[in-house]
Amino acid sequence: MVFEKGASSLKSVKAIETGKVAGTNNLATERKFSVLVVDDDAIIRKIHSKLLSKFPVEIQVAVNGKEAVDLYRSGAFFDLVLMDMEMPIMNGFEATKELRALGLKSLIVGVTARSSDSEKKAFMEAGLNDCHAKPLTSEMVKSLLQELNKNN
Amino acid sequence: MDVMSQLRRQLLEHTAFLRKEGFLDDQFEQLQKLQDENSPDFVVEVVSIFFEDSEKLLNNMAKALEQKIVDFKQVDAHVHQFKGSSASIGAMRVKNVCIEFRNYCEAQNVEECFRCMQKLQYEYVLLKNQLEYLFRVEQQIRAAGG
Repeated sequence: MVFEKGASSLKSVKAIETGKVAGTNNLATERKFSVLVVDDDAIIRKIHSKLLSKFPVEIQVAVNGKEAVDLYRSGAFFDLVLMDMEMPIMNGFEATKELRALGLKSLIVGVTARSSDSEKKAFMEAGLNDCHAKPLTSEMVKSLLQELNKNN
Repeated sequence: MDVMSQLRRQLLEHTAFLRKEGFLDDQFEQLQKLQDENSPDFVVEVVSIFFEDSEKLLNNMAKALEQKIVDFKQVDAHVHQFKGSSASIGAMRVKNVCIEFRNYCEAQNVEECFRCMQKLQYEYVLLKNQLEYLFRVEQQIRAAGG
């Protein structure tokens, strides 16, 4: 690009810097939210991934708690984690505890088939932000992503 | 009425029948809503996973109940999983039998558990046939250009 001397080119550079030029406003700050779906049930993974795919988010999956933790350890970042409770190798409770211990501050939402209040409460103790029955509905997914938007 | 309209009516009527008889609940409708141009076979794919999983679980339940000393925790774990997957696709009648089954696992009642398992197998086969019919009609609609 050749910058010619003159007021107009200076104006346009300034405009880009202040972010006032249409279309460049969010270039520097816009990135897709990244969501991790953790569940050993292929049906749930498929449904939740599909629900999420209706929104502009990046989706990753893990089939158990250990895979989720390993992903995070290897440098992956998630804005939102949908964490199933009962999984082999490492369950949702342990995985949530581990992720929090490793410094993940993002939203972790428990998703469980065990929906009694006491069971939900016990799961929350691991460090969840919230806990819902599975499968999630599209309204629930929408509201979770809206919450992400607010926090960011 | 042309073939396409007839097929569409068949599909609607059969889906309504399945809802009315309690085979399927709202969750199945949620799955249908998720289907789109990006995944035109979404419902069939999800239900196929359900069929695969169900058959494994029913097998595992049968094996566990046939043991000399029944491990009710193990049976319950299989039923719990089946309850979860049936709820995920909206298979209401199957899910309800699972709920009943779990009560008998907790009570450690072998006879009742056996009875529930047979009921579960029955409901599952019934549902499978119904859904396969539904999918066949959908396929015919697609083949006819719908």
